[in-house]
Amino acid sequence: MAKPKLKEHRIRMDWCKGCGICVAFCPKSVLELDAQDKVSVARAEDCICCRLCELRCPDMAIEVVVEQEGLQ
Amino acid sequence: MPVRDYIRERFFPHLWCPGCGHGIVMNALIRAVESLGLSKNEIVMVSGIGCSARISGYLDFHTLHTIHGRALAFATGVKLGLPGLNILVPMGDGDALAIGGNHFIHAARRNIEITAIIMNNRIYGMTGGQFSPLSGYGTRATTAPYTNIDHAFDVVTLSLAAGATFVARTTTYHVQQMIDFFKKAILHEGFSVVEVLSQCPTYFGRKNKMGSAAEMMAYFRDHTTPIGSKAKKENPDLIERGIFVHKELPEYCREYDKVIERAMGKGK
Repeated sequence: MAKPKLKEHRIRMDWCKGCGICVAFCPKSVLELDAQDKVSVARAEDCICCRLCELRCPDMAIEVVVEQEGLQ
Repeated sequence: MPVRDYIRERFFPHLWCPGCGHGIVMNALIRAVESLGLSKNEIVMVSGIGCSARISGYLDFHTLHTIHGRALAFATGVKLGLPGLNILVPMGDGDALAIGGNHFIHAARRNIEITAIIMNNRIYGMTGGQFSPLSGYGTRATTAPYTNIDHAFDVVTLSLAAGATFVARTTTYHVQQMIDFFKKAILHEGFSVVEVLSQCPTYFGRKNKMGSAAEMMAYFRDHTTPIGSKAKKENPDLIERGIFVHKELPEYCREYDKVIERAMGKGK
């Protein structure tokens, strides 16, 4: 299976409470908190689509959307 | 089915505090149900009272938000009435083991097919941070400003002694393990207990100077270890994670059906 390729981080800004869990445990430091203490994507090109931010978000505010390769 | 189809979006953002571990438990539970391919109509979620119990409002299963500590009693009724359904009972540590302590041990003893999830944040959060039976000796709480002198239950050994046939423990840091345990617990034919160490940054964390939600999760990462690891032998203070028991014993509803059959036979 090919490596998943990032399309986007879909973020529900109104659901994010800025707890910083996704930022703290991202293995590639892709995410940051912005001036309003909400999650923002600082280094999207480093994302390895491990989805740990999505799985650990207590507010279900972040989703990692990957490119469909068109194989299936 | 997309994860968002399992939640009642009209209640979001939910009222749990920023960084509350209960949200992570809910997130993992949805993913477990999704990956098992269960229909929302096959699941009944029964909860009691407390921060943890809010989960039944947020998830779009059949849900019952019942009375404090008695979620397992209601769940037992639902299961006996409609044994084909999967029953999930998320509880807080106080709800499960203080107010509902007796319901908990007896549901475990009967081995009725219910999945009990104990979201253990070691505090009563909703009412303002009183110590719970899981807070532990030497911790601080609103009602223990000079430290708590009560010793904590060990959820795993208590469940084992009470007769639960599936007992596991994990933490909110170990999400993939949590999803795996939820799946195994839901599929298990008998009473299953999954204890999830969950963070309450607002009360337990603040009173015990444990830092932010992420720092509390890092604490779970650094102070837990897989069952029987070398690290545990070197440092007995580490908390073990994993599946402690997974065994087959006669299940309550199936045994009850046999009683009905025997009684009907006798009447002929």
